[in-house]
Amino acid sequence: MRAFATLLDRLVLTPSRNGKLTLLADYFRDTPDPDRGYGLAAIAGTLDLKSVKPALLRELVLERMDEVLFRYSYDYVGDLAETIALVWDEERKERVPDEAQPRLGAVVSRMNALGRTEVRGAVRDLLDRLDPSARFAFLKLATGGLRIGVSARLAKQALADFSGRDVTEIETLWHGLSPPYEPLFAWLEGRADRPVLATPAIFHSVMLANPVGEGDLDALDPADFAAEWKWDGIRVQLSAAGSTRRLYSRSGDDISAAFPDVLEAISFEGVVDGELLVGGTARMNSPTRTFSDLQQRLNRKTVTPRMLEDYPAFVRAYDVLFEGEADVRPQSFSDRRARLGEMIEKAPHDRFDLSPLVPFGSWAELETIRRDPPDPVIEGVMIKRLDSPYQAGRMKGPWFKWKRDPFNIDAVMMYAQRGHGKRSSYYSDFTFGVWTDGPDGPLLVPVGKAYFGFTDAELEVLDRYVRNNTTDRFGPVRAVRAEPGYGFVLEVAFEGINRSTRHKSGVAMRFPRIARLRQDKLPADADRLETLMAMVEAKEG
Amino acid sequence: MNTVATRTARRRRLPLAPRTKPSIFPRMKPDQLLHPAPAGLYCPAGDFYIDPVRPVARALITHGHSDHARAGHGAVLATRETLDIMAIRYGADFCGAMQAAAFGERIDLSGVTVSFHPAGHVLGSAQIAVEKAGLTIVASGDYKRGADPTATPYEPVPCDIFITEATFGLPVFHHPEPKGEMGKLLTSLRQFPERSHLLGAYSLGKAQRVIRLLRDCGYDAPIYIHGSLARLCDYYVSRGIALGDLRPATTERSSPADFRGAVVVGPPSAFADRWARRFNEPLVAFASGWMMVRQRAKQGGVELPLVISDHCDWPELTGTIRELAPREVWVTHGREEALVRWCELAGIPARPLHLVGYEDEGD
Repeated sequence: MRAFATLLDRLVLTPSRNGKLTLLADYFRDTPDPDRGYGLAAIAGTLDLKSVKPALLRELVLERMDEVLFRYSYDYVGDLAETIALVWDEERKERVPDEAQPRLGAVVSRMNALGRTEVRGAVRDLLDRLDPSARFAFLKLATGGLRIGVSARLAKQALADFSGRDVTEIETLWHGLSPPYEPLFAWLEGRADRPVLATPAIFHSVMLANPVGEGDLDALDPADFAAEWKWDGIRVQLSAAGSTRRLYSRSGDDISAAFPDVLEAISFEGVVDGELLVGGTARMNSPTRTFSDLQQRLNRKTVTPRMLEDYPAFVRAYDVLFEGEADVRPQSFSDRRARLGEMIEKAPHDRFDLSPLVPFGSWAELETIRRDPPDPVIEGVMIKRLDSPYQAGRMKGPWFKWKRDPFNIDAVMMYAQRGHGKRSSYYSDFTFGVWTDGPDGPLLVPVGKAYFGFTDAELEVLDRYVRNNTTDRFGPVRAVRAEPGYGFVLEVAFEGINRSTRHKSGVAMRFPRIARLRQDKLPADADRLETLMAMVEAKEG
Repeated sequence: MNTVATRTARRRRLPLAPRTKPSIFPRMKPDQLLHPAPAGLYCPAGDFYIDPVRPVARALITHGHSDHARAGHGAVLATRETLDIMAIRYGADFCGAMQAAAFGERIDLSGVTVSFHPAGHVLGSAQIAVEKAGLTIVASGDYKRGADPTATPYEPVPCDIFITEATFGLPVFHHPEPKGEMGKLLTSLRQFPERSHLLGAYSLGKAQRVIRLLRDCGYDAPIYIHGSLARLCDYYVSRGIALGDLRPATTERSSPADFRGAVVVGPPSAFADRWARRFNEPLVAFASGWMMVRQRAKQGGVELPLVISDHCDWPELTGTIRELAPREVWVTHGREEALVRWCELAGIPARPLHLVGYEDEGD
C-alpha cells in the first residue's frame, strides 16, 4: 500500500504528462506482483473493491475521537477521506514501519473476501495498520472517490515505456486481461510469452490519420484516394463475438454501459470502426445532432430511459477490422469498404449507417468541398488511400484528415492565471471576453479560456502585460486592465461553438487557442457576443 | 413582557453562571502579571511586552521571525542569536538598547523575574518565563519538540500558566520524521535528474534546517540559494552549523543548463516570480507543516510537498501540555478553539488569548 500511496500523492500534484509517465513507469518497475497489477487497475479504473459507505467511516472515527474536534478538523480539511486519514492517529506519534503495513494486494483480497458484518472491523483494523498517506489511498479506493488525472491510456503508455513494448500491443491485450495482470507483466518483462486471450470482443488499436500539411497532397494522385466526411462525434470501435458485445472509445476505454441502445441493435459479428453520434441515421433520413447533444450521453456509468429517448445514439461506420472471426485488416480499404457496406446494409437502419464517400476529381475541388460542408456536424474530410491496409497507430501517408478552417474571433484578455511546471512563473492561462450591452453601456463577458497557441516569445509579451496591468488578484488569478480604449486583444481560434447553460455568456467553445496577439487593435475593435451567437445559430441550422 | 422565549433563555443560562471557586493562585491573579494588550502580551509590573507587534519602550523577544521580532522598540531583551538575527534583518540600529539573555539566566525587571529557555523553534528561539510573587507564567513563543540540529532543543519549564502557540492545533497535523520527508526530495532527484528542484523554505530557520537535513541525508553536491538567504546562512555557519557548499542562485549570465538536477533553496514567493525562469524545468517542492493537507499543496502549485515544520504538531502540543501539567493553559495564534476543546476534555482549564498580528512566517 505504501508504494501505491506514494505514487498517488505524486501523481495528483504532477501536472506534466512526461512527469506522470516517469512516476508510473518507476512504480511498475519497482513494485512486485500482485501489488503493481492492483495499482494499475486502480489507476485504469478496472479495480473491483468492496465499497465502504462514508457514514460507516464517520461512525468509525467518532468511536475514537471527540465529535467537536472531528468537526473542526473536517471543516479545515474539507475532504472526508483525507480528514479521517489524518486524524486517525490521534495523539499517537510513532511511525508505522513500511514493512509492517499491509500491501495493496493483501488489502484488495481481504476486502473482497469480507462478509457484510465483517466490513466494520476490517476497515478499522486496516486504518490502524496503515500510515496516513496509505490510509488516504485506501479510503479513496474504498469510497470510490479516487481522482488522479491519469487516463487508462496514459497508464498503458507507461507500461509501454517501462517495458519497451508497443502501446498498441498492450491496448489489444488489455480488455482480455484482468487485475492483477500478472501474465501481462510477465510478458512485458520478457519472462513469458505474450498472453493468449480467451475472451472475445477485445479492443484492437485504431488507425489514425495525420493532418494535411503544407504541400502534403501535391505529389499525390487524387485517383488513388477516397474521401469521406469527418463527423463531429467520438471515434469508437464496436466489437461483437457471440453474445459478447462491447463499445470502446478510440483509446480503448470500455463505454458499453452508457450505450445499451447501440449494443442491443448489433446484428453482425466482427469488429467495426465508426463514429458515435446522436440523432437519426441517414437511412432514416433524419438529421445528425451536434456534439453537445452527444455530450449528454458521454462519461456516464448508466443511462436513464429518458436519456435513451431524448438522445438516441447510433454509429456511422467507417471501416471493418474483423468480419466474424476473419481478420480483414490486411485487405485494401476498398475491399474492406465493400464488406462493411454489406454488413451495415443488414444492420438495423435506425442504429447504423455507412459513412458516405465524397466524390472529387482534384485536390482543389476537395478543398472547396472541405471549406463548405453540407452538414453542420461535419468538421472536415478524411482522405484514405484506396489500397491501404488497416494499420494501428498514426502512420504518415495512408490516411489524412483535412479539417474545415477554425473559427476566429478577436477577444479581450480579462483574467490570467499562472501555469504549471515549466510555466509556473508565467501567467499563461488566459480568460478572454467579448463585448455585450450591460445596463451601463458596453460590458465584457468572458467566453473562454486558452493556454496554448502562442510561442515562448509571445508568452513573454503576454506575461509582461499581465504583470504590468493587474487590477485585482483572486488567489492565483489576476484580473487585468480591459477597457474599450486600453487592453490586450487576442485573436482566438476554435474548432466549434455550442450553447452552454453553464457559462454566463451562454456559449462554450471547443479547443480554443490563442492564434495571434493583436497589439495593433484596441479592445473596442474586438468582437461582440452577437457574433458568437450567430455562429451557434448557423451551426444549428 | 415575560415571553416564553425569555423565560427559556433565563432558565438555560442558570447552570452556566460563573461559580465562585477558591482561587488556585493565592497571591496574584495571572491576568495581573501578564495580559493581552493592543501592542501584544503586556506585563504591567515589569512594564514590558513580549513579542510586541508595534514599537514599545521595552520588549522581550522570543525569536527572530518577523511577526514576533519587529524593529523600532526602545530596549530589547533577547538571546544573543535573536539579537544578531534582528540586526541582520533590520540593520544594527533596529532598537534603542539591547541586552542579551543567556538561557536560564534570571533577570530582574522592576521586581519581575524573567528568564529565557530553549524553545527548539529556530536558532536562538526561546520561551520566556515570567515570575512574581510565587506565580510563574511561561510564554513559549513558537516551539517544537522534534529533533533539529539547527536549534537548541526545547526544555520543559515548570509553570502555573503555560502560554502555547496553536499554529498546527488541529488533530489532523502529524508531522512525520523529517529525514523521511527529505528522502522524497532525494528520490525525486533520481527520478527527474534533468529538472531543477526548487525547494521553498522560509528564509530564517527552515531554509538552514532543510540544507542541514540534506547534508545529514548524505547529499553533498552544491546547493544553490536565493540571495535573500545568504546572510542568514552565513550567520548559521558562524554559529557552528555546517551547511556545506552553498552557491548563489542569482549570478548573472547563468543558463538553465547550469541548474540541471540542482537543488535550489529559496523563499516560496520567489518561485512564482520571474526569478524562477533561470532554472531548468523547475520542479517546485515546499518544506512546511502546511503541506500535510493536500489541497494546500495543490493550490500553491507545489509538485513535491515536504511536511517539515518548525512548530509542534498535534501530538506534541497535547503531549507538552500533559507533561507540564500547568494549572491553566492560554492558547494563542493558530487554531485556538481545537486546543482549548482538547484541554477541556482533559480537565485542564484553558482559554484563547486572541492576540493579533502573528502569522506563520516560520512555517
